[in-house]
Amino acid sequence: MNELPNLVSGSVETESSFGQVEVKALSVEVGEAAERFTALDRLNFALSPGEFVCVLGPSGCGKSTLLGAIAGHLIPNEGQIFVDGELVLGPHRNRGLVFQQHTLFPWKRVIDNVAFGLKMSGTGRAERYREARELLDLVGLHGFEQRFPAQLSGGMQQRVEIARALINRPRVLLMDEPFGALDAQTRRMMQDLVLKIWMRVRTTVLFVTHDIDEALCLADRILVLSHRPATIVADITVPLAKPRDEDMTMSPEFIEIKRHCMTLLRNST
Amino acid sequence: MATPFAANQSAGRPSVVQRRAHGALRHRWIWRGMSVLVSLLLWQLASTYKVSIGLVTMENVPAPSELVPAFWQILHSPKLPTHLLASITRVLTGFSLAAVVGMSAGLAIGRYRAVEDMLLPPLEVLRPIPAVAWIPLAILMFPSSEASMMFITFMGALFPILLNTIHGVEGVDPRLIATARSLGTRGLSLFTEVIIPGAAPAIVTGLSIGMGTAWFCLISAEMIAGQYGIGYFTWQSYTLQNYSDIIVGMLLIGALGMLSSVLIKRVGLSLMPWYRLTEARR
Repeated sequence: MNELPNLVSGSVETESSFGQVEVKALSVEVGEAAERFTALDRLNFALSPGEFVCVLGPSGCGKSTLLGAIAGHLIPNEGQIFVDGELVLGPHRNRGLVFQQHTLFPWKRVIDNVAFGLKMSGTGRAERYREARELLDLVGLHGFEQRFPAQLSGGMQQRVEIARALINRPRVLLMDEPFGALDAQTRRMMQDLVLKIWMRVRTTVLFVTHDIDEALCLADRILVLSHRPATIVADITVPLAKPRDEDMTMSPEFIEIKRHCMTLLRNST
Repeated sequence: MATPFAANQSAGRPSVVQRRAHGALRHRWIWRGMSVLVSLLLWQLASTYKVSIGLVTMENVPAPSELVPAFWQILHSPKLPTHLLASITRVLTGFSLAAVVGMSAGLAIGRYRAVEDMLLPPLEVLRPIPAVAWIPLAILMFPSSEASMMFITFMGALFPILLNTIHGVEGVDPRLIATARSLGTRGLSLFTEVIIPGAAPAIVTGLSIGMGTAWFCLISAEMIAGQYGIGYFTWQSYTLQNYSDIIVGMLLIGALGMLSSVLIKRVGLSLMPWYRLTEARR
């Protein structure tokens, strides 16, 4: 991964040329035998490098299935996914994944959870701890290196999850309702944190949520999915500057987009 | 008697609560100690007066007071280390083999469906057969009685270890495996980094139960086929009419079984410092 600049510290490369995602005629069926159903129905879309895109849709519509397919954990029945022109055939360290909760390794200390990706690529202990510490500083968890995940609050655990996914310098960061289990205030803080990190790291982010406000706060673009089998019912560009403060959420532009999203979601259920 | 409820009523003054709770705890230990003493006293009376109630007779049962000299004698006898060593060697051999076979087969069966289909059906047929029922066949199968007793011990420990390992592997959160693979884990690392630590609590439980059944099976095997060993000692004491030694043997068997199970649990917990934390959260 030497061709990538150090994304965490020092001078920050604002425009990365990596992280382009193309989803072409993607159909995925899930479930066993009789309960098998089509979760995604011929989806077509593309993400530009460094774009922050939210996927919004009613619960159970296949948002997570979409992330699973891009991550390489689910095999598409039809269609292809390309990341920087390469066909996705399975999980890969350049596509990071963050789940809602409790997917830290409970038997590893915080520092070892974060350094895990580098351990798997054969980086020496001193170097991987150094990078892990840097990332823990970035997510505001300096001093918690030796804790076990069970000794952290839900919000802190999600910070560790994000740091762990970032250590591989993924071209695409896939986030599956990462703050769904947090209280409103912590969630708000985590959204700010994700934006702050994204401004520095500029990886492509595909962020699944069912919360319209969350999508509006974070996204450059919002993909709205229909109820299953999921199709894309709208591809909305959010032309507001980031970070977006409270005042901006009161602006007519913002309210117009929000109303539009609500109508779409209501019609799709 | 200071009950825990009484201690709760004075909440708000922690020092008092603590002192009372501490007092209550000490009280309970006194009661527990008394309970053991009273039991011993009843036993002493029953065997001194040779109580007989038709179905059960205490006529030949030695009194606790007779056990003390018997214990003293066996502790100073050169035979004791020989018996203990024989039993411990057999248990360790049978148990270690069962641990290696049970854990490796369990990991493979729990992880790969093809291995499950190949290995599990014959094991499922053997599973309901108690290990002790293998004794006659084991004597026929193994020319050395030593090997046959180790085999019985092995059979006794195998299934608890195997089944708990399978259970543990199947219980590893699939999202943890997905996460590990997204972070670049493949091949053997998936086992060493995710599946084995994830299944470890269940494996330790299996080892601990397996150790108990290993002792149980060994004692039965020694009573039938043994020369030396603590089970043999106990049975021989019966045939030689050293009735006190029967009970000494029984107590030694109990102590050895308990000690080895506790040892496994302790070692297991010290290898999994994170486990107590996750348990507390649930």
